[in-house]
Amino acid sequence: MSSIIRIEFPPAQQAPARGGEGGLIDLSPQRHDLSPQRHPAPGRSRLNGWLLRAAAPAAILLAWQLASSFGFVAVEVLPSPADIVAAFAELIRLGDLQAALPVSLGRAVAGLAIGGTTGLALGLFAGLWRIGEGLFDAPLQMLRTIPFIALVPLFITWFGIDELAKLMVIIAATIFPMYLNTYAGVRGVDPKLIEAASIFGLSHRQAAWHVILPTALPSILVGLRYASGAALLALVVAEQINARSGIGYILNNANMNQRSDIIIAGILVYAALGIAIDLLMRLLEHLALPWRPKLALA
Amino acid sequence: MLSHDHAVELHGVSRVFAGRAVLDGFALTIRPAEFVAILGASGTGKTTLLRLLSGLDRADGGTVRVPRRRSVVFQEPRLVPAKRVWQNVVLGRRGAAARARAEAALTEVGLAAHVNAWPKTLSGGEAQRVALARALVQEPDLLLLDEPFAALDALTRIRMHELVGQLWQRYRPAVVLVTHDVDEAILLADRVLVLSGGRISLDVPVDFPQPRIRSGRDFSDLRMRLLSELGVAVH
Ligand SMILES: Nc1ncnc2c1ncn2[C@@H]1O[C@H](COP(=O)(O)OP(=O)(O)O)[C@@H](O)[C@H]1O
Ligand SMILES: [Mg+2]
Repeated sequence: MSSIIRIEFPPAQQAPARGGEGGLIDLSPQRHDLSPQRHPAPGRSRLNGWLLRAAAPAAILLAWQLASSFGFVAVEVLPSPADIVAAFAELIRLGDLQAALPVSLGRAVAGLAIGGTTGLALGLFAGLWRIGEGLFDAPLQMLRTIPFIALVPLFITWFGIDELAKLMVIIAATIFPMYLNTYAGVRGVDPKLIEAASIFGLSHRQAAWHVILPTALPSILVGLRYASGAALLALVVAEQINARSGIGYILNNANMNQRSDIIIAGILVYAALGIAIDLLMRLLEHLALPWRPKLALA
Repeated sequence: MLSHDHAVELHGVSRVFAGRAVLDGFALTIRPAEFVAILGASGTGKTTLLRLLSGLDRADGGTVRVPRRRSVVFQEPRLVPAKRVWQNVVLGRRGAAARARAEAALTEVGLAAHVNAWPKTLSGGEAQRVALARALVQEPDLLLLDEPFAALDALTRIRMHELVGQLWQRYRPAVVLVTHDVDEAILLADRVLVLSGGRISLDVPVDFPQPRIRSGRDFSDLRMRLLSELGVAVH
């Protein structure tokens, strides 16, 4: 015990003046003070946090701009940040972006709505009823192992190269995350809760509505979040098929015209959509699950 | 159907799990408003008996007669985490009348301040009191308690004993309390049963008056008797 203390706190350095030979050595010179007034104001620490997180991206942007300005990288390969901002300005001035965004969003939302609703319905059916589980679970568990991108050629032969094929790709991508999480959520509800509901006179239907669904909701929302991400990914893939409108069309055109600045701008639009979806889903979870203990995610 | 002087009638009841009879030729009658405590080693079938009485499980043979209105408080609170406390108390019902009933019941168990709370914010004792309020709003003729205080700390348990005693005095349901705490059984019950080998091995009335004091002579005599019946060495 005392030898360990001597290694970590040599008295000669840590407490030279106090006590001396045989005197008391204070081994806890820095007790933690957790009183509220000793902590920095939350506003200020949050600002510091933001600055900290912004530092690395800002440094990269600066380095990128400088590398382009001094001609270290060819503009055709990697245009500078300023070029990309200019490309955005051009897309907006010509009205391309305004025309493309609603089209792409429309595809993603329609596919998500259809695929998500189907997955939700199948998940509830399989989770709540034994017949549903028997009918759907094994086939869906097998189908989900197919990467949806592998279906694209098949869907083109089945549904052509117009909107329907694009929609079907997005639907195929969104059904499974929704199904799996809904099913798992419903099945994961503690049977003891359902037993209690039956003791207190709830019918099967009431137990499903008042006990099972609210308890499974977190898992269902996780499914929705995954499905939204999958919808975006599927959108990007689907828009490579004979794109005549949407962000995919902008990318395709830029590709043919060798405009890497516009290609990067288009990729950034997809990225922004991804961030927007994520924020929206967090907001939804926050509003729909007020009973869940909050985790610090800020 | 039930004779007037019995709240519970069991005759020749058996319950078999995987070829092993947990209850075998089991008989028990309980009067209305009687408070019965059941003791027994772990695995002797106390929970199995309570599940038969509650209707959650069916006997493999024999007669099981119970009142139509029954409630259970389980060892765990079993509250729906996504529903507020008052909604848990009147689970499945909505509207101002349901809410008023829930509030009245919660006030009785001393939780008026937590009507709108979420279950996950409650302490163990508070959650168990919500479960008690939920059982009470059913106005049961038979209240089944399966080790409801086992997970609580000693102080909270004493408060819960008082509360259950008061509520029983006020509403007079027949009560079956399963417990492994001999003192708890003697403090609360009119009658203590010891279960072993699928049957009742001891059935004693507790006829000394309330409030019962643990240090009293009658109390310690009965405690000795019950402990030795349970196979615990007593010195
Ligand atoms: N659903 C079940 N399936 C199989 N065995 C069971 C089941 N329920 C209880 N048992 C068995 O019955 C016996 C009595 O269990 P239980 O009534 O829970 O005991 P206690 O509540 O007295 O501790 C135990 O041996 C247990 O393993
Ligand atoms: Mg038990």
